[in-house]
Amino acid sequence: MDLIAEQNLVHKTRDARRAQTMPKLSPAERDTLIKKYHPDHRAHAYRPIKFGPNAGELTVTEVANLLEGDSPIPSDFVPKPEYSVDVLVVGGGGAGCASALHAHAQGANVLLATKLRLGDSNSVMAQGGMQIAVAPDDSPVQHFLDTLKGGHMKNDHQLLKVMVEEGPSIGKWLLELGVLFDRDADGNLHVKKGGGSSKARLVTCSDYTGLEIMRVLKDEVLNQKIPLLEFAAVVELLSDGKGACTGAILRDLDNNRLIVVAAKTVILATGGIGRLHIQGFPTSNHFGATGDALVLAYRLGAPLVQIDTFQYHPSGGIYPEQLVGALVTEGIRSEGGHLVNGKGERFVNELDTRDVVSSSIIRECEEGRGVRTASGHVGVWLDTPLLDVEHGPGTLDKHFPAMVRQYERYQVDIRKDPVLIYPTLHYQNGGVKIDTNGETPAPNLFVAGEASGGLHGRNRLMGNSSWI
Amino acid sequence: MKSQDVVEQDQAIQPQMVSVEIEGKRYQVPAGITLMKALWYTGKNVIRGAGCLGGFCGACATYYRTKDDPKVKTCLACSKAVEDGMSFSFMPAFPARKASYDLIQLKDPKQDLFELYPEAPLCRNCNACTEACPQSIDVREGVWKAVFGDFKAVSEMFMDCVMCGMCTPVCIADIAPNLVALYASRAQGVHFTDKPEGLDTRIQEITDGKFNQDWDRVMKLSDEELQNTTAAAK
Repeated sequence: MDLIAEQNLVHKTRDARRAQTMPKLSPAERDTLIKKYHPDHRAHAYRPIKFGPNAGELTVTEVANLLEGDSPIPSDFVPKPEYSVDVLVVGGGGAGCASALHAHAQGANVLLATKLRLGDSNSVMAQGGMQIAVAPDDSPVQHFLDTLKGGHMKNDHQLLKVMVEEGPSIGKWLLELGVLFDRDADGNLHVKKGGGSSKARLVTCSDYTGLEIMRVLKDEVLNQKIPLLEFAAVVELLSDGKGACTGAILRDLDNNRLIVVAAKTVILATGGIGRLHIQGFPTSNHFGATGDALVLAYRLGAPLVQIDTFQYHPSGGIYPEQLVGALVTEGIRSEGGHLVNGKGERFVNELDTRDVVSSSIIRECEEGRGVRTASGHVGVWLDTPLLDVEHGPGTLDKHFPAMVRQYERYQVDIRKDPVLIYPTLHYQNGGVKIDTNGETPAPNLFVAGEASGGLHGRNRLMGNSSWI
Repeated sequence: MKSQDVVEQDQAIQPQMVSVEIEGKRYQVPAGITLMKALWYTGKNVIRGAGCLGGFCGACATYYRTKDDPKVKTCLACSKAVEDGMSFSFMPAFPARKASYDLIQLKDPKQDLFELYPEAPLCRNCNACTEACPQSIDVREGVWKAVFGDFKAVSEMFMDCVMCGMCTPVCIADIAPNLVALYASRAQGVHFTDKPEGLDTRIQEITDGKFNQDWDRVMKLSDEELQNTTAAAK
């Protein structure tokens, strides 16, 4: 069979599938599915960490190797500060820019360092939206419960309570900076329903939510004239010898020179880990997502939490070759898009949590019901044309312009044809342990965004990568 | 495990190679890979120029030319496939001027545009910016919309803008259209968009402790009780 013939099967079975309801799995069924097929449960990929605060705990070998690595700083290096600041923010994505702006607004002397350019991040790619419990029939408590369910009850309750209660205020802050969220006719924020959520709670800027937010945050960092060190990677944190953080050593990537920054407070907002390509998975992450904060904080003695669990986003592209690993927005499934195997059948409730949906796709492919591309990738169909059939022509153009463009570049028209997908390494569920102020057990060391751990439990819900 | 549903792929696929010129130097790279992957394939240590790799951040703004075509075009290196005979180079960081402003303090943002970006109304309609846009935005039209005060249209037209800045070096009037559009879009959000009442209501409800009783109940639940509570939600 060739791909065109396989594709026709999706068109042929569409009407029959529309009449079908996919039941949600029971907790026991979910558990069995995940234990059998989710990459987090592949024992051979894991090993115990040899030393440090998490000694003896399991993590993937890619992370363990980095945690146990040697310092890149020569042993005879004498740290002489070139900069002396109140707050050093490390990372230029959503969490980094938000931290820098908030600290600056409080009158702190802030320096923002990032190893690529300001704004180069995963945040800029967020398409699906941001969960804020704003609808009249919704509440922060419901947001809390949904997130807890998605995280397999392992979320840090206190962190989670802060996120769901501060979400609306963060939304207001972004609006006041000029972020153009989608609205209803009455001017209220338009909310969409996301996978694993019981209420419509996703606030969006079409499918450019992260791009719109990052354009604005970056512009505001520049307007506020917050000093920047771009193309400068933090390679080691400095301590007072008693475990408290006192600054950082950076490497200027343009000339390889080491730069010492003395700081009363360091905020690590270096994002996730996708570019380590754990277990060989493709990734949706940006070029700089190499788990820097995990290693930096660990070497200072800060413990990590839940670093044995990673999120594999159900829908990464596998065709065309240029889109391997690239994220195909969850929004398609939120608006009713079906997942279809090589036999033309649905096989999961598409709105179940990411780990359940990913596991079910892996199951279909490993049991021979996948579809293989010419370059050897195996995946399943995401029925995109269904959205125009279901909600009227123009739905994809209106709601998913970024995705239409993403595929048009390679002569694939998602309005006419379904796309092939397979799970892609998307998010680091755990991270550095923090309290409700974002501070780690190492005094003066704070962690924000994806690099921090505890909030999401063992699986992050769509739209919950918050910026505290 | 094999079944009739899986396309058989007995022979390993040998990539077909194409000839490309990167920053003036010739290389053989596999056909169909992105320009960014071609840079990596040739062993280049890309730091400036690599960003999200997903077509959203604009870091990999690139000039390219296809075989025998004199026209130099623009693209994002992460989102464009190599072709035989193609030549390409990254766009260097361009020193465009960004105006500084405190949006909330602005009294008349549509008029203030001419103070902040006095070059904006000097557009000479050459359309080079529109041709340079890898996101197919009608940039020239957007600049005029901003000048005429239609900030709403600008914000909608530029929602796709990845701030790659490729519209800027080509402008004969020294306008940075992406920066003008960003100003107009933010001003639209801050000054000319309804405040969502529901959001303020929710923030007030949280401040007033409307959910405190629910919180007290939920935070006291045992893990098992919590599990049952969450399982009941549809």
